[in-house]
Amino acid sequence: MRHAVAAILRKDLRVELRTAESVPAMTLFAVTTFVLFRFGLDREELDGDLAAGVLWVTLLFAAVLGINRVFVAEQEQGGFDGFLLAPVDRTAMFVAKAIALFCFLAVVELAAIPAYSILLLGPSPWEPLPGLLLVLALGNAGIAIVGTLVAGIAVRTRARDLIGPLVTLPLLVPVVLASSEATAALLAAGGPDGLPGRWLAILAIYDLVFALVAYGVFDFLLED
Amino acid sequence: MSSTPSTATTGTDPAPAGPVVELDGVTRAYGERVALADVTLTVTAGTTLVVFGPNGAGKSTLLRILATLLRPHGGTARVLGHELPRQAWAVRGKVGLLGHDPLLYRELTVRENLRFHARLHGVAEERIDALLEATALTARADDPVRTLSRGLAQRAAVCRAVLHDPPLLLLDEPRANLDPRSVELVEPLIGRGSGRTRVVTSHDPRGGLAEADVALGLRDGRPALLRPAGDVGADEIGALYR
Amino acid sequence: MTFHGSGLRPLSIATAVVLVAAFALAAFYAPEDADQGIIQKIFYIHVPIAIVALCGFVAGGIMGLQYLRTRDRVWDLRSYVAIHLSLILGVAVLVTGSIWARGSWGVWWTWDEPMLVSFLIVFLLYATYQPLRFSIEDPERQARYASVFAIVAGAWVPINFAAVRMADSFIHPRTLGTTTGGMPGEMMFTFLVALVGVALLYVTLWKFEMTAKQTRGQIRALRRRLAGEQAPPAGAGRSAAPQVHV
Repeated sequence: MRHAVAAILRKDLRVELRTAESVPAMTLFAVTTFVLFRFGLDREELDGDLAAGVLWVTLLFAAVLGINRVFVAEQEQGGFDGFLLAPVDRTAMFVAKAIALFCFLAVVELAAIPAYSILLLGPSPWEPLPGLLLVLALGNAGIAIVGTLVAGIAVRTRARDLIGPLVTLPLLVPVVLASSEATAALLAAGGPDGLPGRWLAILAIYDLVFALVAYGVFDFLLED
Repeated sequence: MSSTPSTATTGTDPAPAGPVVELDGVTRAYGERVALADVTLTVTAGTTLVVFGPNGAGKSTLLRILATLLRPHGGTARVLGHELPRQAWAVRGKVGLLGHDPLLYRELTVRENLRFHARLHGVAEERIDALLEATALTARADDPVRTLSRGLAQRAAVCRAVLHDPPLLLLDEPRANLDPRSVELVEPLIGRGSGRTRVVTSHDPRGGLAEADVALGLRDGRPALLRPAGDVGADEIGALYR
Repeated sequence: MTFHGSGLRPLSIATAVVLVAAFALAAFYAPEDADQGIIQKIFYIHVPIAIVALCGFVAGGIMGLQYLRTRDRVWDLRSYVAIHLSLILGVAVLVTGSIWARGSWGVWWTWDEPMLVSFLIVFLLYATYQPLRFSIEDPERQARYASVFAIVAGAWVPINFAAVRMADSFIHPRTLGTTTGGMPGEMMFTFLVALVGVALLYVTLWKFEMTAKQTRGQIRALRRRLAGEQAPPAGAGRSAAPQVHV
């Protein structure tokens, strides 16, 4: 199964590098949203709760853009059939796509977080950086896992561009909630407050539960 | 039980024990609409079954069931001795499907596509070069698939379909997008000369019968005729369309 | 297909009895809350409905799992009815919560009540269940995808609830319960009776709807047989609800 995951992952990364369909759009969207928040909230500097909330809501909506595209190439270019004919575990496609989405989110954040720090963030991002990276990793994992799963459900329905976000957003509320709470402590005005362990625990539990659910259930989405 | 020793699997292996395809009363529906009903037939190793019928008669559905892409809703189906859908996993990797969709990623080159499929099927990469040579695609192997004409893309699809050397070939109107030169090039790979067991759909009564051992005519999902090709006249095939 | 209507009459009677008892207890037996006054009594309907609805969503997920394991369409129908009823109860939770907020605090909504907030998000998720089903035409695939949704959403419900409850803003909720700490015996008893009543109501409604759908399916099949086994015209049967074929 590892080989299948690696093969699909390499293919997806290669296609993205060549076509640059998702990542630039997601990044641009994130930065534009920061600008919108500046005017919508009429604030030039954010910290604590507000900073965390703006960051995570923006990342979430940027992620939804990427989630919509996860299986589109397979659906339109016969990728599902080609894959289903191969003697590999079908869950390999889920694992590969989720990892790919995680990588795309990471790249987007590589550009969006610095932009955020410059444009809107009050406190310095350097001090809380290790904690921030941890929260981002756990949050991204949750988004990648659930996003890929919902993309798998939505892609073969008729209203796929609408159903996808409608189902994904409520499912990701716990991720946004926990990530925001954890980030808020890190971005407090007077310097980072320390990492609240229980929110990381919630994120970790969420990631674990949905990884297991997705692993068990994905097969049923592909068969006919 | 076969008395022939099992060597490395190639499509031209001595026949596996038993028929390659065994269908008994196979049915498949899409909601209330019946796509296939009561299909019973056997395909022995090395022979060619050609399926005729108008559009919507169920030809593609039949191929997709044999390819394990669709589960039969009724009856029993066995491919290469394995029962579908229970043992579908054992059949994957042993069938080669060629349809209207080349099943290739447009942004990747021909070689990258074939390498991807080779990795999924566990096939050595040397085979890719051999196939590219055989189909005269070596010159365009490093061009993205979207730059290829329909005919060349279909040729590349043939490479994909036989890359893993499947004993059973499922061909949905294989000559539909091929020019005469392409047809010539792919004949040893997917034609009668390949020695593989084949199930082919066709709209051409004369050509189809010429390459068939057994002819199946479908109408509205039901078998209207099923006889050795030698006993069937082209006009009978034509009657299916009326 | 197993007949779901067995025992429906005694069950309905039991439900009616317990619910009337619960209402009487809430009205006359349970003490009035010191701070909130009579409006607090909405607690006896609001919380039991919420608990039963949450259990219903999880049950819907388990039934979806059973469908995937057995491929018997009955399980898909059971899952559909369970989720459908739980969604209606969910709306009732929001409505009763809103009435309570209005009566206690003068506002139609409050973000301080974790139950209310959780159910808002739950409602937003499960409101996509029927549109999802409706957008898939092939009935077998519809059942399969709906089951996957039911399982994912069923697993999500407890996590969502826990996460919302834990959020900082809810450390001091405006309790839809009692403001005086622990619940005195009379309140607990009334609450339990109400809980049993609502649970019975749910099961009764569930069996009722299952039986109604089954019967309708049987009538349709008989009619079809009378008409000489003609299949209904394509497109006539498209709906978000699973069709029952006998």
